[in-house]
Amino acid sequence: MSIDPENPPPRFISPSPESEFYWRSGADGKLRIQRCGGCRRWIHPAGPVCPYCHSRDLAPEPVAGTGTIATFTVNRKEWIPGFEPPYVFALVELDEDPTIRISTNIVGCEIDEVAIDLRVEVEFEHNGDWFVPLFHPMVHATGDD
Amino acid sequence: MSEPLERRAIISGAAQSEIGRRLYRTGIDLTIEASLRAIDDAGLTVADIDGISTYPGSGGPFGGCSGAELHDALRFSLNWRDGALETSGQLGAVHKAVLAVAAGLAKHVLVFRTVVEGSGGPMRVGGGGGGGMGGMPPAFQYLIPYGVTSAANWISCYARRHMHDYGTTREQLGAIAINARTNAASNPQAIYTDPMTMDDYLDVRMVSDPFCLYDCDVPCDGSTVVIVSHRDHAPDVPRGAVHVNAMGTALRGRPSWDQFDDLTTMAMRDSAASMWERTELTAADVDTAQLYDGFSWLTMAWIEALGFCEKGEGGPFVEGGARIAPDGELPLNTWGGQLSGGRLHGFGFLHEGVMQLRGTANLQVPDCEVAAVGAGGGPESGCLLLTRGAS
Repeated sequence: MSIDPENPPPRFISPSPESEFYWRSGADGKLRIQRCGGCRRWIHPAGPVCPYCHSRDLAPEPVAGTGTIATFTVNRKEWIPGFEPPYVFALVELDEDPTIRISTNIVGCEIDEVAIDLRVEVEFEHNGDWFVPLFHPMVHATGDD
Repeated sequence: MSEPLERRAIISGAAQSEIGRRLYRTGIDLTIEASLRAIDDAGLTVADIDGISTYPGSGGPFGGCSGAELHDALRFSLNWRDGALETSGQLGAVHKAVLAVAAGLAKHVLVFRTVVEGSGGPMRVGGGGGGGMGGMPPAFQYLIPYGVTSAANWISCYARRHMHDYGTTREQLGAIAINARTNAASNPQAIYTDPMTMDDYLDVRMVSDPFCLYDCDVPCDGSTVVIVSHRDHAPDVPRGAVHVNAMGTALRGRPSWDQFDDLTTMAMRDSAASMWERTELTAADVDTAQLYDGFSWLTMAWIEALGFCEKGEGGPFVEGGARIAPDGELPLNTWGGQLSGGRLHGFGFLHEGVMQLRGTANLQVPDCEVAAVGAGGGPESGCLLLTRGAS
């Protein structure tokens, strides 16, 4: 993979007030998604009001950070200087609610190992002030590691 | 059903400026050229035009010319004007002009889309003095950090899911690209006219897998103008009025590139459905389809959304190309599309639909009476059903 977590590409993180938590959440190794205290639905991207029950009782809550690749593309053209192709961009559906779709890069495997329905889990790239959620293939819990 | 309001409107004129890869002419220069041609084409003078409608207006990062620039350049005296990005795709500018004419706010609305992307280069992030995301909307904060600044990246994800769920192949996408290239050979304004084989298509470099270079449209410079008039003007239209039968404007899913509820279609699902809700005509009545191909797969998604085949059957529908050829059952993108004709951002399809219904297209479909025109990808989507005669 061409994305090296030790030498990260330019990310241009540019949060809105509601989303700043998302890009800081990984400081303790946990991914957080906004959740409604009224109807308990998950909300992404985060907003000021619950789109379902209109409650303003909203707060980030940790999620397991596991999910499934819904789809992906292998980008092979340089669009941003310093962001060297090839790399995988994917949409990951979280286990807590598959309608919560996280955009991310897939790391920690060869490009040709990436597939729709692949099980993945989150890791974080510490990049300046931010912790960028990335996903790698899930290692099966066999008990010998 | 009571008569849909849009039937009060006609397209009385249509024209384009010079179109090319790198013309190094300004957007306003090209827009004036196309405007004067279209006004003449409609049998009108500058003094008759009392409305302007354009996409995307002065907002957004990819405008080629604003309505105000044109307004002032030709000293129009207007009763109504509009230009905006948040609408039913590129054709939203036409939809609004139709409504303005039907409501009596204006008699003759000049509608345009101008692009200077061949000379101007693609939209970029991270450049310039400001850095960061520039003028990108907030939702893009979840895409830009992952190195995907192009619609090629976002739409290729949908194409891959379509391939996964329905068995769609690269060769089937290639049939759309080859059809466009073949048709472009008859269009003297087209950008790419050299013949393309399936081997050419399969061998060219990948951009954002599964999209290769030939799945992506070609940036160009050019302006397209149509004049939308009240149907009362139809008897005076020198080259034949084209009637608006129905327009599709809906977006019932989320307005998002990455959070739409179905990863195998896009907003065209909704705009197409809303168009058919407004007409007695059906997909079987359509003589030619001019369907957006900013990326090849979008055309397939439009074919499915408009009901020319079942959902998921777009691949087999276009395979081999015979069905979508000019002499096939659904002549498609007869001007070469944006893939080979040039990225006129939706309005090239509209122009061709008008020419086909007038019987003056370069690659004319015989007895063409009904044309479906669809434009847009992602959350941008709108369509028109146009007819040669009044409904």
